[in-house]
Amino acid sequence: MLKSRIIPCLDVDKGRVVKGVNFLDLQDAGDPVEIAKIYDLQGADELCFLDITASHEDRGIIFDIITRTAEQCFMPLTVGGGVRTIEDIRKLLLSGADKVSINTAAINNPLFVKEAADKFGSQCIVVALDAKKENKKYGNCRWEIYTHGGRNRTGLDVIQFAKKMVEYGAGEILLTSMDKDGTRSGFDVDLTNEMSTNVTIPVIASGGVGNLVHLAAGIIDGKADAVLAASIFHFGEYTILEAKEYMRNQGIKIRID
Amino acid sequence: MEKIGIIDFGSGNLHSVLKAFELVASKSNKGFKVEIVQNSDDLLDCDRIVLPGVGSFADCKAGLEKIDCLIQSLNDLVVNKGRPFLGICVGMQLLADQGLENNLTKGFGWIEGSVELINLKSKILKIPHMGWNTLHIENNHKIIKNIDLGENGLHAYFVHSYNFYLKKEENLITTSNHEINLTSMIARDNIIGMQFHPEKSQKLGLKLINNFIEWSP
Repeated sequence: MLKSRIIPCLDVDKGRVVKGVNFLDLQDAGDPVEIAKIYDLQGADELCFLDITASHEDRGIIFDIITRTAEQCFMPLTVGGGVRTIEDIRKLLLSGADKVSINTAAINNPLFVKEAADKFGSQCIVVALDAKKENKKYGNCRWEIYTHGGRNRTGLDVIQFAKKMVEYGAGEILLTSMDKDGTRSGFDVDLTNEMSTNVTIPVIASGGVGNLVHLAAGIIDGKADAVLAASIFHFGEYTILEAKEYMRNQGIKIRID
Repeated sequence: MEKIGIIDFGSGNLHSVLKAFELVASKSNKGFKVEIVQNSDDLLDCDRIVLPGVGSFADCKAGLEKIDCLIQSLNDLVVNKGRPFLGICVGMQLLADQGLENNLTKGFGWIEGSVELINLKSKILKIPHMGWNTLHIENNHKIIKNIDLGENGLHAYFVHSYNFYLKKEENLITTSNHEINLTSMIARDNIIGMQFHPEKSQKLGLKLINNFIEWSP
C-alpha cells in the first residue's frame, strides 16, 4: 500500500533559500541544491520549492536551481510560486520539476487548471489553496480561500472550490491553513480532514507544524496523504528520518528505505 | 562501448532519466554512453532503448508518431532484433494493445493487454495512485535480481491514474497494492515496462536501472 509522505518545503528568493535554513556542516546554507541533497539523503519522500522571487527579471533563476536539483536528487520535485501561464508550467517541467503548484492563477481563472491538466496531465498539476476559518458567517463558507499570503479574501469556500479543481483535472491539493501557518501549533486538522474526506485526489497538509506530534496528527486525524513542513526540518530540530521513525511508531505507514 | 538511447518525443522532462542513467552507467565496469535520441537514425545504433513518457496515452502516442519512422524503427530494433527495451510510466503503457485514456488509442501491441482507468470502491484511497509503494513479486525476473522487494522491501515512486490490465499472467513481474493489485512491472522477452518512475525512486530506482543496463535477455 501507499505510504504517507513527508515533504520538506524550501522558500526560494532569487535562487537563495530564505527563512534561514540552519544546517550544520553545510558549506553554503543558502543554496537550495545543497539543502535538497541533504533532504534526499535523509529520505524525504518529495521536495517542494516555493519561488517567492518578486521581481520579474529575477524569476528565471529558479530554472537553473531546479535543473541542478533534478540532476542530483532522484526524487519527486514540486515547484510553485508565480505560476500563471502554460508557458510557465512548460518551462518548469522542462527544467526538471515533476509537479507544478498553481495558486493565485487557479483562483483568478479556474479554467487555467483544466487547460494545464489537459496539456500536461493531472499527475503534474497541484492546486495550492490557502484557507482561513470563518468565525463570522461569510456566505456559506466554513473555510474561505485567501490569496496574497492571507491578505486578500476571495469569498470562495475552499472545499467547494477544491471539488471544482478535481473536476478540472487537478492531481493533488496542497492545503495551507493561514490561521496556523507560522504558529508552530499544529495543522488545522479539522480543515485537513474535511478536505481529505471530500476530494478524491491526494491532499497535502501544510501550515503550523511545530513538532513531530503535529506531523502525525496531520495523517491520523487530518487523513492527509502527505504532510509538508519547513522550519522543523530546516533548523535541524528533527531530521526527516527522525520524523519518519516517530510516525512509524505511531502506526503510520511510512517508507524508510 | 554500449550505447543507451533515451527517446525524446517532446513529452516533458527527460533530464532526470538521463542523469539517473548516467550516474548508474558511470559506476558500471562495462563502458556505456547514454544519449538522448530524437530521430529514428540516431536510434539505429542504440544497444539499449529507454522510452520514458508522462502525460496522456494519446498525447504520447501522437508525439511518437510525429517523428518520422520512429515507431517502425522501434518495432524493428526491439521486436525483430531483440535489443533490450525499457518503457517507463506511459512509456510502459504504450506497449499495450490499446489505451482508453480520453479516447481509444492503439498502442504498440508488444505486450497483450489494455490500459484503463483505475476504478476503486474505497472512498478513502485516492486516484491518482500517487506516492511510494512496495512491489510484490508475481513472476521472478533478472531485472529484480538482488533487490529487496515485498511488503518490507524498497519502495518505488508512482503517479498514475490508469492501469495496465495484462492478458497474460506470464508477463507480470510485480504488482503494487492500492485496494486492487496494480500492474507495476511487466516483461516479455527483451522488453521491460515499469509503471513507476525509477529515475525518481531513489535507492530502488538506481538498482533497477543498474539491473537493466547489465541485463542480457
